[in-house]
Amino acid sequence: MGSSRREFVRTTSAAAAAIAGLAAVPSAARAALLAPASSPPFAGDPDLKSLAHVALEAARSSGASYADVRFSRNRSQSLFTRERRVQGLVDNETQGFGVRALVNGAWGFAASRELTPDEVARVARQAALQARANSLTLVRPVVLAPVTPVPNGTWRTPIEVDPFGVAIEDKVGALLAANAEALKAGARFVNSSMFFLREEKTFASTDGSFIVQTIYRTQPRVTVTAVSPDASDFQTRASNEIPPMGRGYEHVRDAKLVENAPRWAEEAVQKLSARPVDVGRYDLVLHPSHLWLTIHESVAHPTELDRALGFEANYAGTSFVAPPTQVLGKLRYGSPLMNIRGDREQPGSLSAVGWDDEGVKPESFDIIRNGIFVDYQTTREQAPFLADYYKATGRTPRSHGCSYAESWSDVQFQRMPNVSLLPGEKDLSYEDLIAATDRGIAIVGDGSFSIDQQRYNAQFGGQLFYEIKGGKITGMLKDVAYQMRTPDFWGALDMIGGKKSYHLGGAFNDAKGQPSQVNAVSHGCVPSRFRNINVINTGRKA
Amino acid sequence: MSPLRSLAQPARYLSREECEVIARKALGFVTSPDGARVNITSGSQGNTRFAVNQVSTGGDSYDTSVTVTAHVGHRSGSSTTNQLDDASLRQAVDTAERLARLAPEDLEFLPELAPQRYQAGSAWSDATAALDPQGRAEAVRAITAPASAAQLVSTGFLDARAGSSAVANTNGLFAWDRGTAAALTTTVRTPDGSGSGWSGASHHDWSRIDPAALGARAAEKARASRNPVAIEPGRYTVVFEPTAVGNLVQFIAFALNARAADEGRSFFSKAGGGNKIGSKVVDERVTIVSDPFDPDVAGSPFTAEGLPTRRSVWIDHGVVTSLNYDRYWAQKKGVEPTASGGSLKMSGGLSTMDEMIASTPRGLLVTRFWYLRPVDQRTILYTGLTRDGTFLIENGKITRAVKNLRFNDSPVFMLNNLEALGTPVRVSASEDGGPGQAIMVPPLKVRDFNFTSLSDAV
Repeated sequence: MGSSRREFVRTTSAAAAAIAGLAAVPSAARAALLAPASSPPFAGDPDLKSLAHVALEAARSSGASYADVRFSRNRSQSLFTRERRVQGLVDNETQGFGVRALVNGAWGFAASRELTPDEVARVARQAALQARANSLTLVRPVVLAPVTPVPNGTWRTPIEVDPFGVAIEDKVGALLAANAEALKAGARFVNSSMFFLREEKTFASTDGSFIVQTIYRTQPRVTVTAVSPDASDFQTRASNEIPPMGRGYEHVRDAKLVENAPRWAEEAVQKLSARPVDVGRYDLVLHPSHLWLTIHESVAHPTELDRALGFEANYAGTSFVAPPTQVLGKLRYGSPLMNIRGDREQPGSLSAVGWDDEGVKPESFDIIRNGIFVDYQTTREQAPFLADYYKATGRTPRSHGCSYAESWSDVQFQRMPNVSLLPGEKDLSYEDLIAATDRGIAIVGDGSFSIDQQRYNAQFGGQLFYEIKGGKITGMLKDVAYQMRTPDFWGALDMIGGKKSYHLGGAFNDAKGQPSQVNAVSHGCVPSRFRNINVINTGRKA
Repeated sequence: MSPLRSLAQPARYLSREECEVIARKALGFVTSPDGARVNITSGSQGNTRFAVNQVSTGGDSYDTSVTVTAHVGHRSGSSTTNQLDDASLRQAVDTAERLARLAPEDLEFLPELAPQRYQAGSAWSDATAALDPQGRAEAVRAITAPASAAQLVSTGFLDARAGSSAVANTNGLFAWDRGTAAALTTTVRTPDGSGSGWSGASHHDWSRIDPAALGARAAEKARASRNPVAIEPGRYTVVFEPTAVGNLVQFIAFALNARAADEGRSFFSKAGGGNKIGSKVVDERVTIVSDPFDPDVAGSPFTAEGLPTRRSVWIDHGVVTSLNYDRYWAQKKGVEPTASGGSLKMSGGLSTMDEMIASTPRGLLVTRFWYLRPVDQRTILYTGLTRDGTFLIENGKITRAVKNLRFNDSPVFMLNNLEALGTPVRVSASEDGGPGQAIMVPPLKVRDFNFTSLSDAV
């Protein structure tokens, strides 16, 4: 949901927004922070163990062949400012549980906010009941890949500074100081914000797992707007090279908002007088702060197995990487420089966990090797679909650990892990790529993005665009967007940065599923060059 | 009654009386003399997903939310909890007051409203509130069984919600309303993946949605859209089905912020300063309103702050007549704050879709759009792609399916290039297939719509 849409809904209605948005609003926004002084027992407490037992037994006695239960408590905090003013300080907390039950090979799921034994048993029975109703249309029963039970697992995002322990005054002070610096440097308007999340999640299943995890996420953000003196133009510059991360408050400190704000403001002002791009074909040098989103849309989404099998056809769409038997190990996705890996362990990444939302320990796995597509992202019910391929390559079907649910009230399903472009062997930098380019455009930061439902045709903007001539940056451009066809674009990759130029980008709000759930995910990548890409000019006169 | 159905629960939500008790309790914990507000929402959500002609997942959930906004002097803080016990409510108030004390003085602070009078809301339907997992599974079967019999592949989503919303403050203001919402969308594909059709509906009243008819329409589009041919991207005359119109016209509503316009950073900013109220921006046949009490697009009777909602006319016969003013900007500009209820209705005309097609020598018919994202706020320029039913019109007839196309264009330009308008209908125009906002728009015939590239996606 864009901020303008949010604002329209917020300022125009209460009940309609509340009802229409009941499940559509991200739990992050739905919920949020500050521990109650007398914090009720939660994660890891023996109480949850007995409640989990109640849930699993109730599901089993209602006919479930498998069941799992997730308890979670999400605490979040949001701070919003503009110029010299704090617009909002919001703390949220939401807790509850969801039970998933498999009956006659069909899934049911039910959830509630009331953590009492009676309600837990009722909801578990309701999940089993719904599974039975759903089995009426059953064609192919769900089969789950094996998992190793984890009777006593714990995992915690390795953070240095707990964001909820940092004083509000310090956070507000940092944002207002950044705003002041941006205004001094020529900004007409500045919006800045911080968002923090802590999720305590407990998972138990009839396989015998009981896992407690605590996950942190942090994002500071600044958006500067410059307006031309005659009000004929305005341009924005967002701090998109500072991604959301699975880190604590140290991420805010490392972001150096106050130090960077003048540069963001100067760049917004500079955009007002930038030269509109001439349409045509250019070699693109894409900075990692931009390229992560292109990877997200054109590589990470199409390699989700549920999309390839048609399960997401009504919203997210299907995939050009299909059918599995015809593309696994065969499809040339891009140039041999292209190596793509899925993982849920990179330090600071948003997808890092100890176990996924069905108790699977994730492992790193290759998705694209030397330009050839070799594997999909999977969950326990999906891996068996690839049994023949895995058998032929000497592996047993096992989930890659890609199960995730946004909150206790949402059913878990396949979501992308971190999907990253691996560095090249040569130690090349962003500057090296520019120096090697005769006629091109360098793009920094992600901007507008749109891609079709099979992930072929995409269009991307950016934050900053620079003209490259004879290996040098010769000036700033504006109104730039490139259009691409995925396999052609990745086939045009001909230069790639080395290990030292690796950067982790990411997003908090990747939407998929119905009702739509958001996933937080990181994408690592290096600066890369793509030859002869179609660039359009998006500037129009109103 | 089947044994399965007898176990199902009716929709749960907090009644007016329960909300009054919670609000009184929470406001009773307030220690600051400078006021506070409580917003309470609650409700049930039930959904069923289906894919490859069978139910894939579903969910039934119940949740509540209490948000306390506390004021200390001209400072404010908010805290939300989903627990309703005394300790949790007290904690929410304490947290909100603590945040308020730590916040800097707000130069735009406005006190809480005095008690207001409200009209009763009308967005409730017993049929929606009564829809249970078995009822949902039966509705889904009305789509999957015919699709399966016709050797087509159906996928889709049924989402039904029932809930209540309340606002109360320390000045004695109290408002409560309940509402329902339902949406059913389906995408039917041919087994070879060469054709795809979509159909969907959204209404607060489930009995207004016909699953079998939606399934039949999507199946018909799937069959008709097989083996699409490539055409040159460029400017085309386009007949837009109402869903496609809803997809785009809602972006005009999202750009109506008065303050952004006055600050020079909006399409509605006037060159040289000020905003475009009084300026003609689109064809004179276009009128766009929000009316929470119109039964076609029923909305909420109050805003989050407790303002009574009322009809807003944004564009009247092509001319901008109002923008969206929050309480602060309204006070600063000496106008009434906007409280429109969130729904949208656009005026129509007398043309039928058949007439629009018959009068087109060469053009396209677009069923709906996908992945719409802003490209340039200065012109409300968006990009996105056609999806699930794009056809070529030649000599007044639909002749064949064409490949999907990406466009870069603005709903403002579209509404300036109008050829013909049809009868407005309710559409399901949200990207994710959820109920979204109530939107009622006509089919349109438009010239010179700007397609910039071709997609291989079906």
